[in-house]
Amino acid sequence: MSGNLRIMCAALSGDKACDFFRFDWKAQRWNLVFALGAILGGFVAAEFLSTDTSVVITEGTIEKLTQYGFTDGGTAYLPEKLFSLDALADPYTLLLLAIGGFLVGFGSRYAGGCTSGHAISGLSDFQLPSLIAVIGFFIGGLFMVHVLFPILF
Amino acid sequence: MYFFQFYSKNALSMKTLKYLITGIAFGIIMFKSEAASWFRIFEMFQFDSFHMYGIIGSALATGVIGIQLIKRLKLKSLSGEEIIIPPKAKGWKNYLFGGILFGLGWGLAGACPGPIFTLIGAGFLPLILVLAFATLGTFVYGVLRPKLPH
Repeated sequence: MSGNLRIMCAALSGDKACDFFRFDWKAQRWNLVFALGAILGGFVAAEFLSTDTSVVITEGTIEKLTQYGFTDGGTAYLPEKLFSLDALADPYTLLLLAIGGFLVGFGSRYAGGCTSGHAISGLSDFQLPSLIAVIGFFIGGLFMVHVLFPILF
Repeated sequence: MYFFQFYSKNALSMKTLKYLITGIAFGIIMFKSEAASWFRIFEMFQFDSFHMYGIIGSALATGVIGIQLIKRLKLKSLSGEEIIIPPKAKGWKNYLFGGILFGLGWGLAGACPGPIFTLIGAGFLPLILVLAFATLGTFVYGVLRPKLPH
């Protein structure tokens, strides 16, 4: 999936900035079509296949979230604190979303893949580089949630 | 004109349609399995539930069996081509360092690239900002690439 971010960079004239985006991205248009499908699938699932989208996470997780000021654990799909339109008016929230997105894009390309490319496809093929990447995913994720969340929230 | 070309080539449009349908199925599964939920990602990193591990684990099991069948039975793709899975380049630095940076973003934004697309479709508009910055992150990586350890 993260390959689409590189394709988008190339399609947006990133090829003028550096070699990394100088490739035949049109040959990978199938991947963009897949991403378009993923968007449509999200629409279909949310509009036609769901009545209540509350995500019933465990009580323990809800309690931990409350400590960080996330009060809608267990009753929403995404936390209001980060993803409501009102939250977008808060510069701090915007900064967090921007940093999170930036790290996802930078890290996945640096690692040569994301959850789909490494954790599922690469590990399925018993590739050592993918195992290293997935270990990295968890080091980063655990550090964020256990060490940085108490500082950020 | 391009639109016309797109649909006049039968083979191309059929192939495109297959990717579109697979993508729609992927999006529905991401949303309905709750793998696209920030809350599930947080819960996963707390080791409080089997939910996400079950999703990734079952996808992995399906992948392992599928790839073994492809390799042992020398299965071909629908268009009759041989299926070759190129090995990832050797090394560890880019995988570990890139992986850690990705993980930090995954934990904070609570969405990896697939679910970012799905959540936009589901109507969570702030994810457009996340996607824009993910694309920027990829661009900055491309620029800095020669200077980074790989």
